[in-house]
Amino acid sequence: MGKGELVCSGLTKIYDNSNGRKALDSIELAVPARGILSLIGMNGAGKTTLVRILATQLAPTSGGATLDGDDVVKDAKRLRKRIAVIPQEARAIPWMTPRQTVLTYLMWRGYTYGESKKRAAEALARVGLEQQSNVMNRRLSGGMKRKVLVATVLAADADVSFLDEPTTGLDPVSRRELWRFLDEIARDHFLILTTHYLEEAEQLANVIGVMDKGKVVGIGTLEQLRGSLKYQYSIRLPVAVQLPQFEGVATPGRDGGVQILTNEGEAYRLSQAFLSAGTKFSVNRVSLDDVFFHFVHAEIGEHGQ
Amino acid sequence: MKSRFFGQVFAAVLVDALYEMRNYPVVLVNTVLSPLSFLLVIAFVSRGGLIGDAIEGGFIMSMFSSGMSLQSDLSHLKNDFKLQDMVVASPTSPFTYVTGMALAELVYSIPALAVLTVLAWIFIHPTAGEALVLVGVMLLMFLTSIAIGFTLATFSSDIVQSFAFSRLISTLFSTLPPVYYPVTYIPLPFRYAAYLSPTTYAAVIAQSATGFLSQAGVSIVLDWTVMVAVTVVLSLIAVKKARWREV
Ligand SMILES: Nc1ncnc2c1ncn2[C@@H]1O[C@H](COP(=O)(O)OP(=O)(O)OP(=O)(O)O)[C@@H](O)[C@H]1O
Ligand SMILES: [Mg+2]
Repeated sequence: MGKGELVCSGLTKIYDNSNGRKALDSIELAVPARGILSLIGMNGAGKTTLVRILATQLAPTSGGATLDGDDVVKDAKRLRKRIAVIPQEARAIPWMTPRQTVLTYLMWRGYTYGESKKRAAEALARVGLEQQSNVMNRRLSGGMKRKVLVATVLAADADVSFLDEPTTGLDPVSRRELWRFLDEIARDHFLILTTHYLEEAEQLANVIGVMDKGKVVGIGTLEQLRGSLKYQYSIRLPVAVQLPQFEGVATPGRDGGVQILTNEGEAYRLSQAFLSAGTKFSVNRVSLDDVFFHFVHAEIGEHGQ
Repeated sequence: MKSRFFGQVFAAVLVDALYEMRNYPVVLVNTVLSPLSFLLVIAFVSRGGLIGDAIEGGFIMSMFSSGMSLQSDLSHLKNDFKLQDMVVASPTSPFTYVTGMALAELVYSIPALAVLTVLAWIFIHPTAGEALVLVGVMLLMFLTSIAIGFTLATFSSDIVQSFAFSRLISTLFSTLPPVYYPVTYIPLPFRYAAYLSPTTYAAVIAQSATGFLSQAGVSIVLDWTVMVAVTVVLSLIAVKKARWREV
């Protein structure tokens, strides 16, 4: 059961001393265990809790989960040979160099000293740290320290890697380089990645899970998530104008413009109208941002106007 | 499989001892000084009369403090760097991880042990049999303190609390009990309290072996039994109760 899949059934977590508050609330899901699964959600939604349970670091209160057929509690020993994780709050140890950091982690993973050395050098080069590989971690910039950890886990070549906010603190160039790297790794590995950068999830993920208050409120490809919205087109007007009658919702944008969410037919009709009136506008499929707000707040696309 | 075990153990020794020592050599000074400072006080106050007891006390103390350092190092690596989370989600077992970290603590004790060995050579000159007893007692002391240290560390999620705790344990088990001087120096009603600490048994065995304390044969057997039992029980608690996966 669940071979080649990540399955959660009734997965619930109530931390001690939390007055019975459910950090995870009966999560049900089944997704293919390949490519990139990206978890998004507001602070406190439960992403880290879910990752830590799946990565065998935290015990669920009730319910369970299997990863490629292995139960995260009962088969933890077997599973641990195949997984690797960068915790959200992991930090590179200041009295070690990047090379030493990756090297020792690989030895814990069972590589020999020689192999570990070789893989460490490759991985550090891969994240652009070969110049710094013998500098103490405490002398690196915040983003470089983060890259050390990314290199650490990716060098492990585990079947499944959990990366809890791996790109936080990376500059835009490094982030994109890392995306390319992750994309490559995901061809024959399963990556579970949490992020607050929706663009990142949109670019990378095969499957996106939207979490809110301990529940997975939406899961699927971006296309499938869009499909669960009432309106799938977004028209943006840089300046607010008198709008004709239409089916959909209009919300004032931050910049004094207007965002209209509507269906395909109406989007076409409105575009024609704006064109002939000479109104500036752009039209797109709804973005993951729109999808996110739909799932997390529900008011966009339902009330509005 | 075997080579993997040694590699995993060595990784811990690198992280927790060798790399750190290379960076902050001053920590070594501290590991030498702390067991020696008490030794000097006792030796001077007793005008040299208790120097043998005090040297044995230094050995016991340095073994016991290994476990306490283990506790604070493990907590530090776990809470501040999330290293333990990374190791939990890896093929390394808790036993292997702790074995490596415990060896790292032993590496830290090497300078202190070297100084103590020289002093023992000069002031105690034990026979081979006596030396064997001392080594045996130290080994049990080491295992006991490692078991306590590991168990406590796995429960600590709050670094402040864990530091306070390790200091308390240190005081209770190594500063208060008669480790550096004979238990008979403690007036009677209080002497029973001293027997609540495993370090007392270790000191009594060591002092009797080298003739600093005269004990009946039966009582020596009893002391050994208690030492071994405490080591076994604490190790079992560590194996059964220590938390690898958090709850
Ligand atoms: N160790 C803990 N003890 C008690 N409650 C906790 C603990 N860790 C997390 N929580 C609670 O569980 C809920 C989910 O937290 P979690 O860390 O999983 O959120 P998250 O989605 O990862 O958030 P973020 O985006 O901020 O990282 C929160 O309400 C949080 O307060
Ligand atoms: Mg988190």
